Amino acid sequence: MRPFMYQRAVDVPSAVQALAAAASGSDPLTEAAIQPLAGGTTLIDLMKLDVMRPGVLVDINPLAADWSKIELRDGNLLLGSMARMSAVADNADVQRNYPVIAETLQLAASPQLRNMAALGGNVLQRTRCTYFRDVSYGNCNKRNPGSGCAALDGFNRTHAVLGTSQHCIATYPGDFAQALIALDAMVQITGKSGSRYLPFAQLHKPPGDSPQIETSLLPGELISGFTIPGRWPRSVYVKARDRQSYEFALASAAVALEIDDGVVRHARVALGGVATTPWRAREAEAVLKGERFDDALAQRAGEAAFQSAEARQHNSFKIALGKRVVARALQKAAAMEV
Amino acid sequence: MTDSSDSRPPSGFNRRTFIAGAAGAAVVPLAAKGATPDRGTSGRDSSLPVDVTLLVNGESKALKIDSRTTLLDALREHIGLNGSKKGCDHGQCGACTVLIDGRRVVSCLTLALAAEGQQILTIEGLAKGNELHPMQQAFIEQDAFQCGYCTPGQIMSAVGCVKEGHASSDDDIREYMSGNICRCAAYPNIVAAVKQAAPSISSDQQKG
Repeated sequence: MRPFMYQRAVDVPSAVQALAAAASGSDPLTEAAIQPLAGGTTLIDLMKLDVMRPGVLVDINPLAADWSKIELRDGNLLLGSMARMSAVADNADVQRNYPVIAETLQLAASPQLRNMAALGGNVLQRTRCTYFRDVSYGNCNKRNPGSGCAALDGFNRTHAVLGTSQHCIATYPGDFAQALIALDAMVQITGKSGSRYLPFAQLHKPPGDSPQIETSLLPGELISGFTIPGRWPRSVYVKARDRQSYEFALASAAVALEIDDGVVRHARVALGGVATTPWRAREAEAVLKGERFDDALAQRAGEAAFQSAEARQHNSFKIALGKRVVARALQKAAAMEV
Repeated sequence: MTDSSDSRPPSGFNRRTFIAGAAGAAVVPLAAKGATPDRGTSGRDSSLPVDVTLLVNGESKALKIDSRTTLLDALREHIGLNGSKKGCDHGQCGACTVLIDGRRVVSCLTLALAAEGQQILTIEGLAKGNELHPMQQAFIEQDAFQCGYCTPGQIMSAVGCVKEGHASSDDDIREYMSGNICRCAAYPNIVAAVKQAAPSISSDQQKG
């Protein structure tokens, strides 16, 4: 790991102040010389691998005093960005009203990492693409823009089939973000000129021709919280992976339904493990809306979710798997007693 | 009680201190990308050691360490507590699990500097004198290890698992112990040990 200076923020203004110097640089957020440190489960790992090389770490853990809320208010769920994954997963209000949120967190990482990782850092966790994480590969457009993509013709079994470009097929690895994008969450962002709100769906950027730019966050900005509108008691997360626990998704689906007399009034479907960003499957939602729910409908929705999928040499299985995961999640949600 | 980082384990010159010394001598300062003084607020050399005081097993330990030192390396290389093990050093195996303010974490992804002011509990702090913690006793009675390398992490994780209320069934234990890998695959006996110890740990917690 390269040397860095460690600073501890004492409150929000001091954190914003310490990070403000990063805002003057023209680097993408992930390359900024000053990085905030929350749970550290991604950042310290990538610093050990020499993938991230900040010169200054600003420890923002003291901000947990202000930014850890888990609160139902006026029919919305408010989550502070410094709330730990385990605290939100174990919260009874979240489990009752937003099962899909609790499940995306329970099924992610390990208990130790969930005790450490904060929600804000969790949604910003970086891809597990082996070519990205191993600096001995020179050709990675995320690490070295313009150098090419070793995964395109490499071992790409875990890579994305949706939202890819000819410059990057790295999979977005998280789970919680799928619940947020499915439920139309807003993200609150705090910087030196105050706070702004953004639809969560606009936080992550598809790779396109600049995969090094992963989000619309600017250097010096921090995620301060999330707002999830409405209640979604009929919601689930289904995650298929290589082992039963403590593994990233090969394909996953976050699903929320409102069903009235057997007819789907509202449907939300998001996909994980198969796309370059948290992925909203609006084609699947369109198939479901207004229709009487049955297994055939669930399968049609699964087909629709992957109609634009493009596989590489080793990951075509994800399309078949993903369709079934969507159908399974819809069946589970429809069968819930709420 | 305050120890200095210069103190060596009681055995003096041994394999571990020899290796640590040899590795230390080979360290060459690296250039830090962007670590120019104008970008930090303190403006001093980021490779200089910094002072930190850690609260480990109820004792205060004053150290002078490189800012890159993880809590795991601080425990093992600077304080001389070698119970916490380095497996993967990337948060994937759980061998380095310790409790910080009662919550289990992986010490290999925790910076020592960031752990200042918090209560750190390692495997060495679990027993009360010669009386083993119920989880340690259960691991022995259930034969819950073979080579033993992952065991300190397993035991610390198991204590956290029970205290978090996630040891209500075998499935629950398996899921909430999944952050600890056992290469010998002693898993069935680990589940049995957690189950055996769980009632006494819960009552410990109720007593406060």
